[in-house]
Amino acid sequence: MTVSAAVSRVESSLAAKAAAGSDVSFDNVSVAYRGAVVLKPLTMAVAAGEILAMIGPSGSGKTTALRAVAGFVRPAGGRILIGGTDVTNLPPYERGLAMVVQNYALFPHMRVSENVAFGLNARGAAKDLIGQRVEDSLRIVGMSKYARRFPRELSGGQQQRVAIARALAVRPRVLLLDEPLSALDAQIRRSMVEEIARLHADLPELTILYVTHDQSEALTLADRIAILKDGELSAIGGAGELYRRPPNRFAAEFLGRANLLPVVVEGAVREGGFVGVRLGGTKVIVAGANEPSGAERLLCVRPQNLTLTGDAERSNRIEAVLSEIHWQGELTHLVAQIGESILRLVATRLPSPPARGERLEVFFSPSDANLIVEDAGG
Amino acid sequence: MADAVALTPPAARVRLGGWWIAPPLIVLGLFFLYPLILIARAALIDDSGALNLGAAFEVLNSRAFLNASLNTAEIAVASTVGCVMLGLTLGLIFAFAPFPGAGFVAQVIDTFIALPTFLVTLAFTFLYGSAGILNGALTSGLGLEHPPVDFLYSAWGVILAEVTVYTPFVLRPLLAAFSLVDRSQIEVASLLGARPLRIVRQVILPAALPAIVAGGSLCLLLTVNEFGIVLFIGAKGVITLPLLIYSKAIQESDYQSACAIAIVNVALSLALFSLYRAAARRLGG
Repeated sequence: MTVSAAVSRVESSLAAKAAAGSDVSFDNVSVAYRGAVVLKPLTMAVAAGEILAMIGPSGSGKTTALRAVAGFVRPAGGRILIGGTDVTNLPPYERGLAMVVQNYALFPHMRVSENVAFGLNARGAAKDLIGQRVEDSLRIVGMSKYARRFPRELSGGQQQRVAIARALAVRPRVLLLDEPLSALDAQIRRSMVEEIARLHADLPELTILYVTHDQSEALTLADRIAILKDGELSAIGGAGELYRRPPNRFAAEFLGRANLLPVVVEGAVREGGFVGVRLGGTKVIVAGANEPSGAERLLCVRPQNLTLTGDAERSNRIEAVLSEIHWQGELTHLVAQIGESILRLVATRLPSPPARGERLEVFFSPSDANLIVEDAGG
Repeated sequence: MADAVALTPPAARVRLGGWWIAPPLIVLGLFFLYPLILIARAALIDDSGALNLGAAFEVLNSRAFLNASLNTAEIAVASTVGCVMLGLTLGLIFAFAPFPGAGFVAQVIDTFIALPTFLVTLAFTFLYGSAGILNGALTSGLGLEHPPVDFLYSAWGVILAEVTVYTPFVLRPLLAAFSLVDRSQIEVASLLGARPLRIVRQVILPAALPAIVAGGSLCLLLTVNEFGIVLFIGAKGVITLPLLIYSKAIQESDYQSACAIAIVNVALSLALFSLYRAAARRLGG
């Protein structure tokens, strides 16, 4: 899926949901620091109630894009709309948003309940409402019994829960999450990802912009993922679709591991949505359409979609020579040579593992592979 | 090789026992405690060598002492409040709303620490004195007969000079504290709906409270004991405790009274210092 197609699809769905007032639109937004452009003109829409994960390596512009929504950086060009209203020139305190950051940013001199009440007090909420909201928010994140504690008396995971409660208490139009789990250890991170997913299930109207460098967090939580690279949107799409059919090399390699093998298009096959390609001397069928015969492409197939046993579904068969094999408990990683290219496979169960140098027959389903143009936006 | 290293005997350590503490104790005793004992002795023992508390009580009950104490307290408190307010305002601007050249301005303000206090007072005389630049401009500009600005030779002149001289003592720790304030706390607070004044009041100031207490206490200590500014301004009727001590000792040669007042001044300073330490401890400083 191309970026413009993804944007236009989301924009039409956005129109349907605009009434909810928590959709976010980047309209040609660019950001520059001292003349250096850190975010090139970005046009992207986030529907109300959607979780959009922005991922990318350091310096890709994902945090800058989030900070522009928050109002912490002023765009050099373009507009940011929330709920259809242009907020580009509004100060952060008038945007009706909330944010959770990596280091929690809890106010250390305030108790947990005071931290959670902070935004409500700032917005002039009535005392009764504040009490009720603080109670509700702490209950949602399972921190009710810690209301009287100071942040220093809590663990990292607990502090992050309080930070989320503080953000939720003001009932924000959009919740901005800036690498919220990066400071936590792997085990707590996993459980917090599940908690955020549960939280969004309970609050389906809440729009979430989630910045992370962790692809598994993005895949677990996000409805859609935007991949940024060098200050530019490299790819955007539904999490599953983007993973299964990455539109370019960068998206394929950043979102999980991918085998990218050079192929030449032979032409469409009888079944719609598939094309025949030549990989070395072998013909295989992959997902694709409108590919011109003779065009050079990259065949993209995920390591876990390759198997050593074929069946009716996994009808593509290629040959490779095993060069490495690594047993890693639940998984076995195999590295094979196919012509000049490297082929990586992941197997969950291998009763009789092949030996190095052994010629392998590798199978995959046509629907698990797609074609990428080498320099397509990535 | 490892064995050889292990078998090497450790270097002989010089065993001083408790004697290492003697030199600093001697210095402390000689240059700090002994003069204090001499002052206390001079305050309580008369020329004949007999204990005489009467003279001390007399001076401590005098109108001059009471006025000097009140003047000292008023000027010190007002100057400290001024220093804290000005230091806080400047610190917030330098740290959170810096303008081009803010760092240079902060350094210039810092240099006031290095200047002798009377120099600032002298500069004030040139600026705000009867024949100073301001009055000169106003009298010639408005055709006035008498200089209209006349605050310098009053307690206000002393307070202004002390605020000018001692504000860096508040500003420096405040800037250090502000530099440690987590910027993401400010950003999160802002996004939660807090306007700048609320953020200053509820996020920044609590974080900087130990620095405010430390800087303010230091200012209070220094202004209670300030002598040069008060003497140099020579404001009518503005006699503080240090000036009263000077006046009794040098002008009236009444050393016993001077020493009695000095004891009170020292006690006051130590009390303030204890208060500062207690506050710093309580605030985790």
